[in-house]
Amino acid sequence: MRIESREQFETLQEKIRAAETDNGNRILVCCGTGCLANGAKKVAEAFAEQVGKRNMDAEVKLLVKNTGCHGFCERGPLVVLQPSGVLYTRVRVSNVPQILEKTVDNGEIIPRLLYKNPADDVAIEQYSEIPFYKNQTRVAMRNIGRIDPTAIHDAIGAGCYSGMVRALFDMTPEQVLDEVETAGLRGRGGAGFGTARKWRSCRRAEGDRKFVLCNGDEGDPGAFKDRSIMEGDPHSILEGMVVGAWAVGAHEGFIYVRDEYPLAVLNLTLALEQARYLGLLGENILGSGFDFDIRISRGGGAFVCGESSALMLSLAGKVGEPRAKYVHSTEKGLFDLPTVLNNVETWADVGAIAANGGAWFAGMGTNKSKGTKAFSLVGKVKNTGLIELPMGTTLRHIIYDIGGGVLNDRPFKAVQTGGPSGGCIPESLLDLPVDYEKLTEAGSMMGSGGMIVMDDRTCMVDVARYFLKFLTEESCGKCTPCREGLKQMLAIFDRLVEGEGVAGDLPLIERLAAGMQVGSLCELGKSAPNPVISTLRYFRDEYVAHIEDHVCTAGICKELTAYRILPETCDGCAGCAKACPVDAITGERHALHVIDHDICISCGACMGVCPTDSVETFPKVELMKEVV
Amino acid sequence: MPTLTINGKKVQSREGAYVLEAARQAGVEIPTLCHFEGLEPWGGCRLCQVQITKDGWDGWKKMVVGCMFPVEEGLIVLTETDEVRETRRVVLDLLLARCPDTPLIRTMAKEYGVERTSYVSNPEPTDCILCSLCTRVCDHIGVSAISTADRGAGKEIAPPFHEPPAACIGCLACAEICPTDFIPYTTSHTTRSIWGREFEMLRCEDCGRAHITKAQAEHHAANRAETTDVPQEWFRYCDSCKRKQQASRFPAVPQLV
Ligand SMILES: Cc1cc2nc3c(=O)[nH]c(=O)nc-3n(C[C@H](O)[C@H](O)[C@H](O)COP(=O)(O)O)c2cc1C
Ligand code: SF4
Ligand code: FES
Repeated sequence: MRIESREQFETLQEKIRAAETDNGNRILVCCGTGCLANGAKKVAEAFAEQVGKRNMDAEVKLLVKNTGCHGFCERGPLVVLQPSGVLYTRVRVSNVPQILEKTVDNGEIIPRLLYKNPADDVAIEQYSEIPFYKNQTRVAMRNIGRIDPTAIHDAIGAGCYSGMVRALFDMTPEQVLDEVETAGLRGRGGAGFGTARKWRSCRRAEGDRKFVLCNGDEGDPGAFKDRSIMEGDPHSILEGMVVGAWAVGAHEGFIYVRDEYPLAVLNLTLALEQARYLGLLGENILGSGFDFDIRISRGGGAFVCGESSALMLSLAGKVGEPRAKYVHSTEKGLFDLPTVLNNVETWADVGAIAANGGAWFAGMGTNKSKGTKAFSLVGKVKNTGLIELPMGTTLRHIIYDIGGGVLNDRPFKAVQTGGPSGGCIPESLLDLPVDYEKLTEAGSMMGSGGMIVMDDRTCMVDVARYFLKFLTEESCGKCTPCREGLKQMLAIFDRLVEGEGVAGDLPLIERLAAGMQVGSLCELGKSAPNPVISTLRYFRDEYVAHIEDHVCTAGICKELTAYRILPETCDGCAGCAKACPVDAITGERHALHVIDHDICISCGACMGVCPTDSVETFPKVELMKEVV
Repeated sequence: MPTLTINGKKVQSREGAYVLEAARQAGVEIPTLCHFEGLEPWGGCRLCQVQITKDGWDGWKKMVVGCMFPVEEGLIVLTETDEVRETRRVVLDLLLARCPDTPLIRTMAKEYGVERTSYVSNPEPTDCILCSLCTRVCDHIGVSAISTADRGAGKEIAPPFHEPPAACIGCLACAEICPTDFIPYTTSHTTRSIWGREFEMLRCEDCGRAHITKAQAEHHAANRAETTDVPQEWFRYCDSCKRKQQASRFPAVPQLV
């Protein structure tokens, strides 16, 4: 059934909303990637089956919904019961009848399935009361976990497409541009370029054929915010793109989705079909006279394909390598025609801005960074997952109040932000308000919004090497500074972690880093030295220790680190001896165990299993001294 | 016709030209490795770095590659500042590590004060600097027999699947454009071999010299004869015989004393 007018759309929306309030009981099963991996599909099916049986005696009406990622990826499958708001974690198929009987029918809580706050181990009943969520403000991720991404009626009921209706019927393209400018929206995919400015430049560009593109390539290791939006709320992206297309005067759009995201492709494809069927996309959208349609394109499989010029070449069927951008893609982009490219999250924000107004969005955030921002919080932190917060929230609030603090209450060392070419921020800057400018000043960047928390057992030289290795593998190899520079930089870092560093290495690193920053063709190469420069800036001592003393202070670099067992606390459980892959540990049961350093390969397995924390590291050089 | 300033000199340039062209026209040398007149600029070697600024930029300068930056009115270009030379030096130092034995790279690096690379010298020295001129010229003539394979440090120039490329016509454009003579080939009276393929040679009908592969003549007949002014006749004689024939067709010019 095609919706022919704004009035018809609004009537439909009201109908859906009315039906939802009638509905009484609802059961939301998270079917995001993490939960699916933990068996969410079976749980959802079990609910559907059981509910079907119960429906016959028509006591309660239930809805089983597949919902996108809640953010609690490790605690899945997650189930939220509405209207009570009760959240259950790690739900198994065998729990389903019990949940229906006890909680849905009788309002009785099953304590075993409740979420326990890792900070204080207190069980929390309400989804909305969990500190992880309570402290968030969700705009781009507003519907994730609340709607079934495969049912457009759900999205419409949740308010999706209202912003599009407002833009198409109440606003001229110029007014939309003004609204986005008032919002102060900046790109969420990396550089933080002003969205309104980009759009205006494309609107001004000559030519009738223009494109609006969505960047869903998300190649940063460990990042998953765009994936969650594409999987969990695809309609918000479509809505944003229609608004953007209307503003710049484009009639064709593409969503470029990372090849490894099949569920995102599936849910987006379904969303497109449903939107077209209802007349929310395609010719004469809702009778407004505006035509716009979107196609999905699967990514070229390389990290660099997320870079805007490479993405456009890849979309055009060419090799996805960057090219110089002395002419903006808003004038010469896809097929050399005027093009706007925005990140998934940026598009999701646009719909909300169109619906609620730019001033509302600009009411959140800092002076130059408005609105909210999504982050993937991972690493050595108690609560990992997706979060969205107003710009300007401090790192401390994010890591301690939302993240629940450092895992196992170890000392905090640094947080890496901005993806592989971001930087590491030390403890002294924990009160830094997170926005584009502040992160850049601190030597890091917003990037895609990755946040990796690191504890004291992290070697910063090793961290920098890890990111260099990733980038070395992902450099497209077109330009000399990035291709050869990364290879050589990695060679220097290989030296450092093996204790083979030499006196001139630090100046050499700095000179090479500067050459790459200035000389590389695209942002990949230009920003590749960031992890190196930022760790050198805050943790230079560690570099010096590696080079001059042959010591890895964190006890991570294998070639520099040895292990020993503390006689004071070892209770002789023999767990370490069993765990050691090379049989380097000997000792009588219930007596002190000893590591033979000639056999030990410094793998750290003993440390991982010791129940009394009696294994410690020390610099290998001390062994040499003993020998001498 | 935009007027720009290059190293303090006022230069009038062609509309649509790039900085490199304008500089060369003004007699200012900018080193390049991946540039070739007639091919689309590529911007890969990063050697032709220059700094640009404009009045009103408050002294702010930006590093760009000369081979791709379009000229514009009032542009101020600096081709020999410390920053420019330092960036080129890093690039050449890196290339010297990759190609420690390549004369061209050694000479260029030396000009920037690099006699020995600061980095780890390639244990398997190569002459290929990955400028992609070969693949680009092959694309340009519409053959596309070779391309770059792999990415990053593992990138190389190769025919598809490392097999003798079916599309190759043995024209030697790749070998001839290569600034370091990296691409090997042999030509005898009867055959030419390149990229693992053997080509039958056509002989000049006048002097009998083997001058072009049969595949090349056929490729021309099939793809280019119609769109270019060059008739198939063209391939019957070698270049030097053609020149002689042309010369003999000119009427005798009376010698001026
Ligand atoms: C190597 C590289 C990879 C990138 N990958 C992505 C990506 O996966 N997703 C993304 O949105 N932007 C990515 N970007 C940034 C894009 O080039 C571009 O700036 C962005 O998509 C613009 O959208 P925005 O203004 O909404 O941020 C990447 C940039 C570089 C240099
Ligand atoms: S900077 Fe790296 S990724 Fe970008 S063009 Fe150069 S080689 Fe390719
Ligand atoms: S000549 Fe300009 S980048 Fe190679």
